Amino acid sequence: MATDLSPVWLSLETAVTATIITLLLGTATAVWRANRRGIGPAFLDGIFLLPLVLPPTVVGFILLVIFGRNGPLGRLLLHFGATVVFSWPATVIAAAVVSFPLMYLSVRAALEQLDHTLLQAARTLGASEWRVFRRVALPLAWPGMLAGTILAFARALGEFGATLMLAGSIPGKTETIPIAIYISVEAGEIHKAIVWSLIDVAISLAMVAGMYYWTHLQNPARARMVRR
Amino acid sequence: MPLEAHFEKRLASFTLATDFSCDAEPLAILGPSGSGKSMTLRCIAGLEKPDRGRIILNGRALFDSEKRIDIAARQRGVGLLFQSYALFPHLNVAENIAFGMKPAAASERDARVQQQLAEVHLENLAKRLPRELSGGEQQRVALARALAIEPEALLLDEPLSALDTYLRSKVEQQLILTLARFRRPALYVTHNMEEAYRIAAQILVLSQGKVEASGSREQIFRHPPTLEVALLTGLKNFSRARVISAGKVEALDWNYVLSCDVDASAKIAYVGIRAHHLRFAAASEANVVNAFPCWLARINEAPFRVTLYLRLHSAAGQGHHLQAEVTKENWTRFKDQPQPWRVLLPPGDILILPR
Repeated sequence: MATDLSPVWLSLETAVTATIITLLLGTATAVWRANRRGIGPAFLDGIFLLPLVLPPTVVGFILLVIFGRNGPLGRLLLHFGATVVFSWPATVIAAAVVSFPLMYLSVRAALEQLDHTLLQAARTLGASEWRVFRRVALPLAWPGMLAGTILAFARALGEFGATLMLAGSIPGKTETIPIAIYISVEAGEIHKAIVWSLIDVAISLAMVAGMYYWTHLQNPARARMVRR
Repeated sequence: MPLEAHFEKRLASFTLATDFSCDAEPLAILGPSGSGKSMTLRCIAGLEKPDRGRIILNGRALFDSEKRIDIAARQRGVGLLFQSYALFPHLNVAENIAFGMKPAAASERDARVQQQLAEVHLENLAKRLPRELSGGEQQRVALARALAIEPEALLLDEPLSALDTYLRSKVEQQLILTLARFRRPALYVTHNMEEAYRIAAQILVLSQGKVEASGSREQIFRHPPTLEVALLTGLKNFSRARVISAGKVEALDWNYVLSCDVDASAKIAYVGIRAHHLRFAAASEANVVNAFPCWLARINEAPFRVTLYLRLHSAAGQGHHLQAEVTKENWTRFKDQPQPWRVLLPPGDILILPR
């Protein structure tokens, strides 16, 4: 029986880091996109959503080309003495890129559903754009954004194809649970694969339950009703 | 003038061209829906950008297309009360009111919130969320929130339209008191002529984005400059008309010559008379001017008043020529008298409309 639990920690670290990155990037992109019309932003939308429609191996291959020794970003990083390919950051990059569209779409939908008169009211009351976002838009869009965060986290946790292409399967370094399952099955260690799979199911269930509970407590309107 | 607004903005179906100034007292902007009233307020608040022109508040240019000035909404110091109130649903009443206040120590802030709440008689609701309030309470919170920033001007966009009739008159009374204490420019947008008259001494009539009339409310209601304004201020009876001689006007649609106060050279397109100015002459009354035989086409009864739809010349035919409003008491007095009755258009109440 396997005693090395490194894939569990690697998976969690990767998914959490990737989710934080997509939450920040996805929100920033959605906010930037919110008040823009035209062909340019629409074209960028296509690029942003590409990881959702492309097979993960293709995404991984593209990332490999970009971050490889001869790729534009790879060469730049090499200049500073860093390599991304087959390192832990590569698992994060793969997971972040693949989960980004889910986050971006959710945040955008949440922002578009906001009552714009509320944002305008905040402006007439003297609020800066940052304050409008932080005090009005963010709290009201948060339930929708949280749904996006859950989706993105789940997608990052389950990421396999792009990760394998960009990060490989180095035990203790880039071997996440999905990759460990694949390696186990390939090596004929079915019981090991079953254990990893059960751990994955447990993590996912705990996460969904935790998020559900948290949403109902954190929703400020509900929370206040409970307190009174 | 503390507030001056001279600007144009192209809209989908017409160009909004406002040109008015406002003293340190309420000015009602009266107009049908889609006449550009709300857009006027949004331009002044800085939520929409006019195509050209300027908006000056207390000597400070908020917008000036020539000087390329366009102050951001948050720096205009203009309070806007939205038709939907736009209260922040996730913040309680006190937090809503404190939202726009200048940063201050917590204790001072609380005191000021309490003061604003007291102003609108909502001291006990500070911890409530907007959705737990009635429509009238929500409106008062929105008003308190707009006033809490100590605005240099207050803009109210149909603030009573979301309330039921009973609540409306109560909230309106309170609003009149609040506006009287404000002593700064206040624009009050409404499509209700009676509301406009009760709220503000000065009225501006807007139609299709153009200023049709402006002036004191008495002036606007007693001498509307155009048929459009007369209709907006509740005129029900009008007829195309031409001057025959001094004091004589032919009402073409009614096919009668009326005596009224008019010069021989007066420019006149229509004559009109308000429904409640029509009187009925008793059979015994002799020597009355502008009295014409009429027949009742149909009636419309309200609890205390009756609207009579009258035909001139003959009882037969479609529709009606005149609409008269009489009290129930009056109506019971003459309703059983044989027809034709004699309807009377008092010369002093006839409106002369140049266009």
